[in-house]
Amino acid sequence: MLGRLGFDSLPFYSPVAFGGASVTVLGGLAVFVLVTYFGKWRYFWEEWLTSLDHKRIGIMYIVLALIMLVRGFVDALMMRAQQAIALNNNGYLAPEHFDQVFSSHGTIMIFFMAMPFLTGLVNIVVPQQIGARDVAFPFMNSISLWLTAAGAALVMVSLVIGKFSTAGWTGYPPYSGALYSPGVGVDYWVWAVLISGIGSTMTGINFIVTIIKCRTPSMRLMQMPLFTWTILCTSALMAFAFPALTVVTAMLALDRVLEFHFFTNALGGNMMNYVNLFWIWGHPEVYILILPAFGVYSEVTATFSQKRLFGYKSLVYATAAITILSFSVWLHHFFTMGSGPNVNAVFGMATMIIAVPTGVKIFDWVFTMYKGRIIFHPSMLFTIGFLITFVIGGVSGVLLAIPPADFLMHNSTFLVAHFHNVLIPGAVFGYFAGFQYWFPKAVGFKLNKKWGVRSFWFWIIGFYVAFMPLYALGFLGMTRRMERYELAEWQPYLMVAALGALFVLMGIICQGMQLYVSIRDRDREQNMDVTGDPYNGRTLEWQTSSPPAEYNFAKIPEVRELDAFWDMKQRGVAYAPQAPYEDIHLPRNTGIGVFLGGLGFLLGFAVTWYIWWLVALCFIGILTCLIVRASQDHTFEIIPAAEIEAHETARFKALAEHKQAPGDFWS
Amino acid sequence: MQPHSSNTRKLVTGFVLALALTLIAFAAVWTLAFPVELTFGIIAISALFQVAVHLHYFLGIDSKTPVENILAMAFAGVLIFLMVGGSLWIMFDLYERMMM
Repeated sequence: MLGRLGFDSLPFYSPVAFGGASVTVLGGLAVFVLVTYFGKWRYFWEEWLTSLDHKRIGIMYIVLALIMLVRGFVDALMMRAQQAIALNNNGYLAPEHFDQVFSSHGTIMIFFMAMPFLTGLVNIVVPQQIGARDVAFPFMNSISLWLTAAGAALVMVSLVIGKFSTAGWTGYPPYSGALYSPGVGVDYWVWAVLISGIGSTMTGINFIVTIIKCRTPSMRLMQMPLFTWTILCTSALMAFAFPALTVVTAMLALDRVLEFHFFTNALGGNMMNYVNLFWIWGHPEVYILILPAFGVYSEVTATFSQKRLFGYKSLVYATAAITILSFSVWLHHFFTMGSGPNVNAVFGMATMIIAVPTGVKIFDWVFTMYKGRIIFHPSMLFTIGFLITFVIGGVSGVLLAIPPADFLMHNSTFLVAHFHNVLIPGAVFGYFAGFQYWFPKAVGFKLNKKWGVRSFWFWIIGFYVAFMPLYALGFLGMTRRMERYELAEWQPYLMVAALGALFVLMGIICQGMQLYVSIRDRDREQNMDVTGDPYNGRTLEWQTSSPPAEYNFAKIPEVRELDAFWDMKQRGVAYAPQAPYEDIHLPRNTGIGVFLGGLGFLLGFAVTWYIWWLVALCFIGILTCLIVRASQDHTFEIIPAAEIEAHETARFKALAEHKQAPGDFWS
Repeated sequence: MQPHSSNTRKLVTGFVLALALTLIAFAAVWTLAFPVELTFGIIAISALFQVAVHLHYFLGIDSKTPVENILAMAFAGVLIFLMVGGSLWIMFDLYERMMM
């Protein structure tokens, strides 16, 4: 009846696992009790969970990302603690548990922290930057969100019921095959990645179409803000790369569940093709994570240097070049698997070439700052921190791109240091900068600056203290993923790295404090963003109110130049009266996206535990949802012109009465 | 806008062709009537035709398609060339060197 599921699946076998499970269950219960206590279920359901408004979907993505960031970071702390003490002893984590921790850390940080974080920023910002009222496919957007949430839920459930994968975040066969990993762990991993990956593919398609087709008609391609450009390229990467991941995880699932032999040792399987297909997705994925952050840095640098972005065209072309090149380098993740010198040399050179457009970008940002009056907003601090730190990571990457050098450092902590050195400043700092930068736009009040600055310093110091020792350890011969070791000379480095992790912990605590303080003081006058343009911004998203009306723009803006909103302010038409107003069509909320996500979660859970009747039910449920949705006629609602007029008049009145002028954040 | 009946006819033609191409590939594997290499070839060629059928009959790509859609397809073509071509190169190189 319940397949492999039984009482022994519960984590009573280990105190550490039990602790993790308890925190997860109690956290879930606490949310449930609080929402019930305040009687907010109806509000959450009608206003948030079922919403097709791209801004609300974006906020939900970011909430998911922040929760998963904490979970993934706890994994990191556990690993650092284990390695700091595990000289000639087993530490406090059993080997199998340690393996689960590093597998879930990587899986969560890539798929359920970084992906939702960037997708959330994209959702909130891109339609507003291009003067659109919505995304191209709002319902599909909701499905994407809930499929991502379903994948995240599968990883969280694995803490409580059963165990997670021990095969690392890449899940290489044959180890991840049924023969060597017979438990449920790899199945959890496969289905979490597969289901959320489908959501990401749809996000990619959605934003390609949104940016190409839904721009305000007067905005030409070369007038699009740079963030929008990077998202166009990112979306293309998502739409083309994610199917490879979906296919390869589905093939692994077939191997495991239906005894196929794609990647097995015996019967004609070839596990190297898994590695090949995985990285066909995996390398573009690196740029899926980094390009949006590059977009954020471009916006932040221009705004807070109070200058035009230097070299807009070169930034666009560099982004496009990176997009194509990112599909030509994937072999550098497995130089050592046995390819010939010609293959390795070609992919090594392609890898080094990517450093060129990236270097162009670095110089563009530096020249944007040159002779600017720089304002050190926390998002600008993260940007400057990125510029310096990312160059180090990039240089270590060019070093690793040389196949003979890679043979020495493959699988060492040098590699671990390298990819954290590109992904933390290159992606995470970018998302934090975007979070700090667009927070007032999304919710209508500003983030506390003091705590933002503190979190930046803890993060950047913590980063250096935690990862520079790992570079050194790589040269000392330490391989990654060791739960114990016998060499006493490694231990001091590992203790320093653990200290760095504690600094980062302080950074995360500061971010929590920043949110708490900002929400507590949100009604103070100096914290409210009345104008919708707190930084004297340059791009169209600052023309809307904060938070924006459901329809973003009462009148579709007319774009004449790059930095369209800046140009409007120069011409004095940024806040021109917009009457007469017209009715606006917007998609009606629907719960079907939530149901599809729920069914996706149940489906993954059921396959993991071999509960076949539930699998069949889920398929029927998914089909039913799709048919119901396809046969609905009234999926749009009309916001009448009178309502828009009332709303806009009130906004202009508040603007006129309020002492705050646009961009008056700093007085 | 095309007249309704001609659109239906196009979709049905596409469906029949797609089904036929699928059956050819399955039949080749099921019956094993040909040597293995030839069977691979049959599957690969029917897959290519399948792509063409989908593009023409279901997505309506023809000589009147606007140029930006053709450009998008060219972009897709470049990426597919990189991914499939690269994979073949990598895996055959590995096969020659490692016998796997």
